[in-house]
Amino acid sequence: MQISGAQMVIEALIAEEVEVIFGYPGGAIMNVYDAIYQQSSFQHVLTRHEQAAVHAAEGYAKASGKVGVAMITSGPGFTNAITGIADAYMDSVPLVVISGQVPMSLIGTDAFQEIDAVGISRPCTKHNYLVTDAKDLARILKEAFYLARTGRPGPVHVDIPKDVTAQIALFDYSKEVELETYKPTVKGNMRQIKKAVEAIANAKRPLLYLGGGVISSGAAELVREFSKMTQIPAVETFMARGTLHHADPLLISMLGMHGSYAANMAMSETDLVIGLGARFDDRVTGKLSEFAKNAQIIHVDIDPASISKLVNAHFPIVGDVKNVVESMMTLAKDQVDPLRYAPWHNTIANFNKLHPLSYTEEGDRLKPQWVVQRIGQLLGDDANISTDVGQHQMWTAQFYPFSRPRQWNSSGGLGTMGYGFPAAIGVKRADMERVSINITGDGSILMNIQELMTAVEYNLPVINVILNNNFLGMVRQWQTMFYDKRHSSTDLSIQPDFVKLAESFGGVGYRVTTKEEFDTALKDAVEKNVVALIDVVVARFENVLPMVPAGGSLFNMMLEYKDK
Amino acid sequence: MEQARRVISVIVLNEASVLSRIAGLFSGRGYNIESLTVAPIPDSKYSRITIVTAGSIKVVEQIIKQLHKLIPVLKVYEHADLVEKEMAMVKIPLTESLGDIEALAHAYNGRIVNVGSDTLIVMVADEPMRVGHFLEAIKRFHPKEIVRSGSVAMER
Repeated sequence: MQISGAQMVIEALIAEEVEVIFGYPGGAIMNVYDAIYQQSSFQHVLTRHEQAAVHAAEGYAKASGKVGVAMITSGPGFTNAITGIADAYMDSVPLVVISGQVPMSLIGTDAFQEIDAVGISRPCTKHNYLVTDAKDLARILKEAFYLARTGRPGPVHVDIPKDVTAQIALFDYSKEVELETYKPTVKGNMRQIKKAVEAIANAKRPLLYLGGGVISSGAAELVREFSKMTQIPAVETFMARGTLHHADPLLISMLGMHGSYAANMAMSETDLVIGLGARFDDRVTGKLSEFAKNAQIIHVDIDPASISKLVNAHFPIVGDVKNVVESMMTLAKDQVDPLRYAPWHNTIANFNKLHPLSYTEEGDRLKPQWVVQRIGQLLGDDANISTDVGQHQMWTAQFYPFSRPRQWNSSGGLGTMGYGFPAAIGVKRADMERVSINITGDGSILMNIQELMTAVEYNLPVINVILNNNFLGMVRQWQTMFYDKRHSSTDLSIQPDFVKLAESFGGVGYRVTTKEEFDTALKDAVEKNVVALIDVVVARFENVLPMVPAGGSLFNMMLEYKDK
Repeated sequence: MEQARRVISVIVLNEASVLSRIAGLFSGRGYNIESLTVAPIPDSKYSRITIVTAGSIKVVEQIIKQLHKLIPVLKVYEHADLVEKEMAMVKIPLTESLGDIEALAHAYNGRIVNVGSDTLIVMVADEPMRVGHFLEAIKRFHPKEIVRSGSVAMER
């Protein structure tokens, strides 16, 4: 089939069964947009900023399990998108990002809207391509989708010069991907798995340490069974929330800097860490030399570079979590005695009793944690939850009753403020049946507030719940604790009228100061099924607790903070 | 941690931007490159990159894994038992004694390769440490310019 490069992009997206892409047009990508205009196989959602296009694609990918697609133009279009690309890289989100580039003849001349896009995206993509001939386009796009979703998923960037999108060439998408240099190890080494199961059978205090990889490999259901069958308790990383049901008696909670006391103590006391698709991030481990000091480590990950990068693994297993856990279960059935860990369960129950996750009510002032819990009570499983970055994000991770994988969607690795709203738009697009909530802060929400227009235009009713404390709360908290209360540039007392702001875009706004008002507002927004901003006035100086101060040990948590 | 010198060979697809991926990985992750040479492998679509670096065992392990993760990388190996050679060229004023220079070069697998109107060029090819010794010794002939090639290595 002889078609233009632009047409090839369309054909490739159709062949990949893409139903929606998020993007923003511009000079260098116009040929492709012209081809988009003339097709009806997939929807194009015009975000109001390129960064938002990539975040929306991320939200869509995380909620659906498919590859998300974003499209942008050259130069500033691309540089705006790079935050989203970096975010997807850090959180292993499968994306294909297609950017326009100036024509080949102008590359290297500092042409209008020219930037070395592949040079910039190289360190924050799984792989990238500059297409120099339309006859390579079919192969490259097919490889891009393949690379994005296989192995450790991640963003793949394809940069296409304008003349290449105009060039007519042969298009054949039927050829299988053949990459001699890329062969991810999916099946775990059986001998290592046997040894690992033996270690589990001999352990007294084993602990499942679940990471985001469990969700992206589709292994959550299996891990639930594994945990139930063996009676091994579990902690979840921030990225893994929802892997186990919140009411599962074997789920301790989230661990790490703002994890629960019980989760962090369990990690400090365990004699065998069973790490599944987790990467021992510094926000999880705290001080490395003190981390899980009494334990041997089983580390299952599809990315060999993650294993023994920070914490030395005694049983390294490279492979897909789903595959490896399947094999483990077959062996564990006969070898592991689930009654063996009863004393360990008692120890953990005591940790839980000693310092459960909690907060104190303070008269009429709304506590942010209450708001999160209340959303959980009112919507529970019926909502997908996204967040921005900051205190509200940690409170959500701590207090929302997650019940299934892919219900939770937040920027973990890069910690991108402005992620939540566009991501929640992508989540809504992937799961129209459920309510899409973005729990956000008064700082974060303004970083992509223009997306009100996108949500309204495409009827993707995201409900933004702003936990408004008139502060960049997390930085304020650190300034209070570690900088002698010098609140440098974190006071956000000057604010827009969020109600009018929402209305001016065609959404609905609510200002809430009491529990009753919150219930009314949330119910109203859900019922009306509209794009909403619920501006919730919460206690100004509330801190996220407990907390492991940066570089501290997990067992040395700050459980309360007394204002001096 | 012990900072040992390591030689790593990387076999890569011979395509545009592959070198920038490798160099970028080193700079981005704070690894150090002492020398780097690259040339196509005859009759194949691959190139061989020889990198000399320094780091602890843990760091070098991580470098190797990260290199592996790059899509166009076919193979990565750290050399244990290898033959390693480097080449150097030195430009010396013609006023110095040709015989002495020739003799010194000879001791390091080299010779005078060019004689111009004012200067001569001497080259040596030897183990990197011995090349270093040669460059130390040649100082007395007032070299005007020195070029080292970086290491190439082959498993025994």
